[in-house]
Amino acid sequence: MSTFRFPPSITSRPVYGTLAPRPGKAHLMIADAEGAEALLDLAAADPELFANAHVIFIPKGTGDRFTEPLKAANPSILHVGPSYAASVPRIRRVLSDAHMGLQVYLAGTEGLMGQAMNEATAAGIPHSAIQTEHRGSVARRMQCVHCKGITEDVMTDPFVCAHCGLTLFVRDHYSRRHAAFQGVCIDAEDPGNIPDPVELYS
Amino acid sequence: MSAGTEKIDVTVTDIVKLNDLVTRFKFERSDGGQLPTFSGGAHTVVEMQDDGITRLNPYSLMSDPMDQSAYTISVRRDDEGRGGSLFMHNRVKTGDRMVISYPVNLFSLDLRARKHLMIAGGIGITPFLAQIKQLDRLSGRFELHYACRSAALGSYVDELTANHPNAVHVYYDDQKQAIDLQRLLTGQPLGTHVYVCGPKGMIEWVRKTSAALGWPEEAVHYEEFLAPQSGKPFQVRLAKSGITVDVGEHESLLEAIERAGIDAPYLCRGGACGQCETDVIESDGTFVHRDHWLEDEDRASGCKIMPCVSRFEGRTLVLDR
Repeated sequence: MSTFRFPPSITSRPVYGTLAPRPGKAHLMIADAEGAEALLDLAAADPELFANAHVIFIPKGTGDRFTEPLKAANPSILHVGPSYAASVPRIRRVLSDAHMGLQVYLAGTEGLMGQAMNEATAAGIPHSAIQTEHRGSVARRMQCVHCKGITEDVMTDPFVCAHCGLTLFVRDHYSRRHAAFQGVCIDAEDPGNIPDPVELYS
Repeated sequence: MSAGTEKIDVTVTDIVKLNDLVTRFKFERSDGGQLPTFSGGAHTVVEMQDDGITRLNPYSLMSDPMDQSAYTISVRRDDEGRGGSLFMHNRVKTGDRMVISYPVNLFSLDLRARKHLMIAGGIGITPFLAQIKQLDRLSGRFELHYACRSAALGSYVDELTANHPNAVHVYYDDQKQAIDLQRLLTGQPLGTHVYVCGPKGMIEWVRKTSAALGWPEEAVHYEEFLAPQSGKPFQVRLAKSGITVDVGEHESLLEAIERAGIDAPYLCRGGACGQCETDVIESDGTFVHRDHWLEDEDRASGCKIMPCVSRFEGRTLVLDR
């Protein structure tokens, strides 16, 4: 299993659940990497759900080991894409064609779920009506609060901003609008005093 | 204590009988000043001095929310009710002074919606009249589906269909016309919110059908004012105030508490807003819960009651009030 129990934190930090089948006219499922396992669990719980499901899957380093099992779940449409960014036009198109009654299921890394949730809420679905389940890496999508640049897949705290080079402290303070956690300069008051990076949740 | 229920002295400046059941009342400030603006879906609580009984009934404001010169409400006569609507219909005359509350909105538009789908039954049309005027200003997208008994009882049908011929759909029961709800809800674009105001059965129908079709409950809005129903008289002890009050057959627990001079909190007086929630200290008997507010666990615990609409049958009831 690829599940991780996040310790309790501030209210800003997103909390993820377990995907459960919900009644709906159509189902949009977006997952990356081990998030596929959550979709497969969903398929096991309610195989009929997949008859009206559009599955968008980004393997993200997991190779093709989830492709066959996802095909076997027999979704109406299965799209395996190279990256989240490359799947955005498809997600937007699906949402623009959708009607009320569409259910959205997101699974995998926090970065994927946050960004896909942004698309779904921008299309008019209340964020609290979108199901999420975290699977796989605990890496974070971070926004540097100083230069506003986004660094994907941050695994250590502190880390170096990929845009401005400042060393940033990884906060649990989350922005739904940016789908990113906030990174704050760790040595602003005492330049050069930078603690050794520690892997997140290690 | 009565949060948000600051009062306004008004004068009735116009009364228009719309049809056999519905009459419209216009209120202007008695001091000549301006009324507060409000948001579509808001109601006001109208005080009626009815031969020693103070009646406080909520009515949806139906005038333009930005019009500060006057408020209008439409009152449907309920011959079987406890008398508030009959008082309005039979006793209120142009020029009368009355007291109304500041507007309170428990049925506001969710302005994040891409489209507003409104479903009205009978007198449930009133909050939508204000909401539509609000959306006119915002160029908001809406569609109204309005079911009424007959053309003769179709309040505001002419005005609505003349002003919004493409957005208003009217259904007459006596012509066997009915809203095809399943189809209506199935075809709505993502980001639509549905609003329903009407009889209890209609609200339940819309809530159940939308849930079965996968509509998120955050996108389903409803308003139903429950009128307090009569019941057996009972006695209540108010522990904080140190007094015992008899609740009569035709008054609500909240009204009895107010009659005893206690300033208890309230907003909607219709079991919806939660403002009057009161802790029960002791009870020996059965609660008659009629509100939309309490969760099942609260009811089962016997520790909470909504005095605006709920009653009690039994020997002892002690409230933390």
